[in-house]
Amino acid sequence: MALLAEHGDDAKLLAGGQSLVPLLALRLASPSVLIDLGSVPGLDYIRGDDGHLAIGAMTRERTVERSDLVKSSVPLLSEAMPLIGHLAIRNRGTLGGSTAHADPSAEIPAVAVALDAQVTATSSKRGERTIPASQFFQGFFTTALEPDEALTQVRFPVAGPGTGVAFEEATRRHGDFAMVAAAAAVRIDDGRIGDARIVTIGVSDVPVRCREAEQALIGVEPLASAFEEPSSLAASACDPPSDLHGTSAYRKHLIRVLVRRALEKSTRRPKEQT
Amino acid sequence: MNTIDVELTVNGERRSATVDPRKTLADVLRDDLELTGTHVGCEHGVCGACTVLIDGQAARSCLTFAVQVRGSQITTIEGLANDGELNPLQQAMVDSHGFQCGFCTPGFLMQITALLADNPTPSEPEVREALSGNVCRCTGYQSIVVGVLRAAGGSSIATSAH
Repeated sequence: MALLAEHGDDAKLLAGGQSLVPLLALRLASPSVLIDLGSVPGLDYIRGDDGHLAIGAMTRERTVERSDLVKSSVPLLSEAMPLIGHLAIRNRGTLGGSTAHADPSAEIPAVAVALDAQVTATSSKRGERTIPASQFFQGFFTTALEPDEALTQVRFPVAGPGTGVAFEEATRRHGDFAMVAAAAAVRIDDGRIGDARIVTIGVSDVPVRCREAEQALIGVEPLASAFEEPSSLAASACDPPSDLHGTSAYRKHLIRVLVRRALEKSTRRPKEQT
Repeated sequence: MNTIDVELTVNGERRSATVDPRKTLADVLRDDLELTGTHVGCEHGVCGACTVLIDGQAARSCLTFAVQVRGSQITTIEGLANDGELNPLQQAMVDSHGFQCGFCTPGFLMQITALLADNPTPSEPEVREALSGNVCRCTGYQSIVVGVLRAAGGSSIATSAH
């Protein structure tokens, strides 16, 4: 942390290296100093913490993917993990690295925003502070971290009973970054939707929480017919970019379809469990 | 630039090199340790040709600096054959014509080695999932998948995959 304080903006923290090293190789990033977090002890853990699951920044993505504790406590995170890159990438890539990298089409930031996760930032001078995920992601590859701060932990709220989740992606090739994706976590209380979280990625410079769509679901019976309107709301709430891989209109169409699928899947799951 | 001493166990043998910290594991294996079986394709983690095992887990050696894995166990393609005799996976790949130009083959075989250590009898979809991060521009993948299934379960499964 002292090294980071000393070099600030000239330094980059190296976690698993699965995003940063390609940027270095392509000369898209050229920091003067690379600080390897691999030798920093105590950043690799998954543990329960007062209604939350606390995950250390250097926990490998593959470890999160295979964790039974994550699967039972934060199922949306479990669901998202296999969609990240490929096996060999997840063996090295870390939860904290992907969060701090803040790629607008990355899965972990989407889960963090959907669940109102809390990010712990640590600096040698000011100690620790907690940043809500909704404020952490500020733009393309841009976060609320100060130059002398490192992301050390992410805390995810534990899912309540009756919660179903789904993470639906549209990719051009298996393992590619998603063109767009939709994450949903829906809690059903006595046969009606009590809480709904919907986040889309690939549509803006940060993960987008679809509040109107969420509101439209509260108190509703989880029938397929009930998902049309929220899916359209989620699509009309976003203004995705056009590029080589698809036009803005096509991405909007995908969002509508993926949100509907995510809602169908997530609301089917609590029933399957009981 | 300051150089750093890196000690590794490569294919069961203690090796050391004094390298620039900016040097990737792939380059150290090839240039310093003269193990040129590990191939470097895209150099940014997309193609999978440089895949090696780091402490038993498949990883991109082009996305890992050698200094990050000091003290680790590394397995490369040179570590598969035993006294010049192909191991069963290598033999199965030969038998199924699982490679043509051979550039991607080391990466594929290391990824498959990790897969079979974890799951000795994978289904075809599991094989395809595990190999999704390795690019081959010659074979169309079919013969590679057949080779893996053959190595894992014998030729009867391999034929049914066609």
